[in-house]
Amino acid sequence: MEGAMLHSSYFSVNARPMSRRSSTISAVMAPPQQQRPPASTGAVKHAMTLTEKILARASEKTKLVPGENVWVNADVLMTHDVCGPGTIGIFKKEFGANAKVWDREKIVIIPDHYIFTADERANRNVDILRDFSKEQSIKYFYDITDRGDFRANPDYKGVCHVALAQEGHCRPGEVLFGTDSHTCTAGAFGQFATGIGNTDAGFIMGTGKILLKVPGTLRFVLDGEMPSYLLAKDLILQIIGEITVSGATYKSMEFVGTAVERMTMEDRMTLCNMAIEAGGKNGVVPADEVTYSYLKGKTDKEFESVYSDAGATFIQEYRIDVSKLEPVVAKPHSPDKRALARDCKDVKIDRVYIGSCTGGKTEDFVAAAKLLNKAGQKVKVPTFLVPATQKVWVDLYAMPLPEADGKTCAQIFEEAGCDTPASPSCAACLGGPKDTYARMNEPKVCVSTTNRNFPGRMGHKEAQIYLASPYTAAASALTGFVSDCRDFL
Amino acid sequence: MAGDTPSRQISGKCFVVRDNIDTDQIIPAEYLTLVPSKPDEYEKLGSYAMAGLPPHYGQFMEPGKSKTKYSIIIAGSNFGCGSSREHAPVALGASGIQVVVAESYARIFFRNSVATGEMYPVECEARICDEFHNGDDVTVDMERDVVVNHSTGKEYALKPLGDAAPVIEAGGIFAYARQTGMIPSAA
Repeated sequence: MEGAMLHSSYFSVNARPMSRRSSTISAVMAPPQQQRPPASTGAVKHAMTLTEKILARASEKTKLVPGENVWVNADVLMTHDVCGPGTIGIFKKEFGANAKVWDREKIVIIPDHYIFTADERANRNVDILRDFSKEQSIKYFYDITDRGDFRANPDYKGVCHVALAQEGHCRPGEVLFGTDSHTCTAGAFGQFATGIGNTDAGFIMGTGKILLKVPGTLRFVLDGEMPSYLLAKDLILQIIGEITVSGATYKSMEFVGTAVERMTMEDRMTLCNMAIEAGGKNGVVPADEVTYSYLKGKTDKEFESVYSDAGATFIQEYRIDVSKLEPVVAKPHSPDKRALARDCKDVKIDRVYIGSCTGGKTEDFVAAAKLLNKAGQKVKVPTFLVPATQKVWVDLYAMPLPEADGKTCAQIFEEAGCDTPASPSCAACLGGPKDTYARMNEPKVCVSTTNRNFPGRMGHKEAQIYLASPYTAAASALTGFVSDCRDFL
Repeated sequence: MAGDTPSRQISGKCFVVRDNIDTDQIIPAEYLTLVPSKPDEYEKLGSYAMAGLPPHYGQFMEPGKSKTKYSIIIAGSNFGCGSSREHAPVALGASGIQVVVAESYARIFFRNSVATGEMYPVECEARICDEFHNGDDVTVDMERDVVVNHSTGKEYALKPLGDAAPVIEAGGIFAYARQTGMIPSAA
């Protein structure tokens, strides 16, 4: 098996600067090194990273250094049903009951967390968003009024981070704040995007700006041919396992290299999405033709891409040869408890969950369907599918899967015995109200394409969550154990 | 208040946790329907503080209560990681926690603690979560930047909170900005 040569003790190697390599272990991730990064644009006097450049522009400065505190102008502020009502409460309390938001076209309000529930307070919170959006003439409010059938709500999108991209709110060079830690997903578009709390969001709502400390940057150079059995989720779990859940605290994570250049936008979103799981302030991928072609027809706003300068200072640089990696999972109860999927093959599971901003995009379901179709077998455990957005849901039913005799993902899932794709929302990724679809109400074991596996994350405190790629999730569904997807691909 | 520097000394019983206590453990997602800016729901958030902790840490909140008997949390590294929910520092503040002493914090949790002024997020030089026990009598002195465990008599150095301290003392960024004339007083 390719990669079997990797000594498992490699995985205990610490990511802190290492003075020497082990003589016997072939490292997948080279020791971090300080070196001149590859090409970038323009001649500049003060070399800056991509993130520093965006923050310099947004704070109307010509140069910045990490650690500096600057007032940054927001291009977009996003909030949802869980933190929106509190943000609105603070905005009203601090700026006055009749105050107007700083820019009604720059605030995007996306109900997505607790939608398909009978919980009255959850329903009320969506009402608060609707009343506020109406009062303030908020231009982008993706409402839902008929909870019985999400398709009856043409405006309803679903999971905010995926909706932001699909609706053209993510643009290179811009600054996006959101009251959700996975706002960092949008860094895939070469922009600065980070999660904030209600109080900071209330301040931005009134003023359009916020005080930020400029982060230094960790650079991850992902080179090499991506093996057919790996997905972006494997790469980011690999990285988090390497640097730990606090390895990027207060820092920016920049992803570059030939493997990243060949990635789709959805792959890049997966990569940036979990920057927060390493404690990162933001994750970012430089914009390129892939970005521009995705954006075509989605936005007519002008934007300006920026890139890290040659000579920009990085805190550390990690070089990773992706061709040598194997499918990985994060074991309970932390996203940095990395293990090879094949080393967990004795772990019996009770269910599989495919969904969320991390693993509920169209390509995530396409990957799962591809494996299931190739295997031609039935799943052995309940397999829950929650498309992130309404558009993803439509894709599952409308898009024929390549090399599958014209079958759609939905058909393949049905043939394999999966649960019918559910209404798009955050659903059980974060547990939620007791009646949330696929919530873990019992201490069971789940392989999930989501982002966190801390105790209680998907509901029950003693439930065990193995974070994995859609390939690994689908393979595990077929066996009832954590499985290596190479057995089916 | 004007001219008076409130004492930055907090004494009380401590509750001890270890590394990577994420926001789902501080306030489980099922309670996020509570809106912190609504006073009655603020109280309720307090009653659910730390409801997601594994039982081996002991009981933080007595059943039926909305205030804990502890006023200080002692923690390991990366306290408050995970979600950006401001409900987390709010729930702790509402439960009666005045200060958390951790080895380190996750970024957004630290920021939310300062922005809301709900509690002081202080860092300790040493890993004291291995040496403290639930119910120990503790003083966190942010003037001398030390934490004292009266149950053992030991004293440990704290990292100064710097400019964040007066913001928390004022009751958060809005209150601080008004107090210092950065933004006009509320009408």
